Amino acid sequence: MDQLTESLSRLLPNLLTQPVGLTHYLLVGSVLFVTGILCMATKRNVLGVLMGIELVLNGANVNFVAFASPVLRADGQNAIGLDGHLIAMFVIILAAAEAAVALAIALNYYNNHATVDVDQGDELKG
Amino acid sequence: MEPIINWHSFFFLFFALVTCCFAVAVVVAGNVVRMACYLVVSLGAVSGLFFLAGADFVGAMQLMIYVGGTMVLLVFGVMLTAKGPFVSLETGAGNWILAVLIGGSLVAILVQTLVSVDDWFGPEGRRHEVAHTTDGNHAVDAMHGAPSEAIETKTGKSDTGAHTATPIGLGLLGVRVDKLSQENERLRGGMSGYLLPFEIVSVHLLVVLIGAAYLARARRRGSEISEKDLSAELRKEN
Repeated sequence: MDQLTESLSRLLPNLLTQPVGLTHYLLVGSVLFVTGILCMATKRNVLGVLMGIELVLNGANVNFVAFASPVLRADGQNAIGLDGHLIAMFVIILAAAEAAVALAIALNYYNNHATVDVDQGDELKG
Repeated sequence: MEPIINWHSFFFLFFALVTCCFAVAVVVAGNVVRMACYLVVSLGAVSGLFFLAGADFVGAMQLMIYVGGTMVLLVFGVMLTAKGPFVSLETGAGNWILAVLIGGSLVAILVQTLVSVDDWFGPEGRRHEVAHTTDGNHAVDAMHGAPSEAIETKTGKSDTGAHTATPIGLGLLGVRVDKLSQENERLRGGMSGYLLPFEIVSVHLLVVLIGAAYLARARRRGSEISEKDLSAELRKEN
């Protein structure tokens, strides 16, 4: 616990004067990820759930791109370089494809149940 | 002595705050249209974070694919599943003033950038009265406006800033230009490019296009009733 508070207190001062590091990017990625999970869990609108999925994938992308940069860390030669960029590209492509199919499913759900409330879809129909 | 602002950190802080605050706003907002708008802003700020981390190609693709594609798709979905009539489509005066301010400042930045390159002013470049101190080979010829001045290039390549687009493109074709020599034999096996995932993702996109078009096809009302009758008859036979 003391180490956690000490690490956090090292992040806050001189945010405007010191160069930004990998830790700051990972913080943003984790906030996006958790926010996306909250959105997926709490929204009753099926399109809200889809937006949560997009937030989760973007959090992962921020992590990949941050690990790919050699200037954000003290041991720059350990950065994964182009691999991180390419993985982020594939995640973007797959997320767009998955959003298209998920929207088609959402449209079908709306046409069959006359609502976008996912809580109403609790009976299996033939 | 007062510390000078590190502009990279300043812009990182700005984009990070916009991203996180608008992501939280997506969760908190009740109206699904507002959620979509907040998500668009959040993803645009994530693209800014990508540019700050040196991922220029991924940042540009994020803007094009996410903001320009996926979000438009989501807004279409919101529209097609809307319950009530839409509100009035008039743009208020305050919105007009804000839009003109933002658009005007963006135009100012763009114009200031593009007039700053002397070589782009025509075949002879821009003639200066004062000799440049940085380009010694142009200093005297500028007054005469010799045509050879346009052909003569400065030493060193011009830095356009797009450093990762070519390596990514070549990596997708199977050539890893960032790891050209690898002494370790075991590691060299992993130095192949991303050609196979590229092909797999291409086929995946084709399948998704066909599948989504089939799933979201427009149905006539009669066909739904006939499917129910068909299943009822099948159950009676069993």
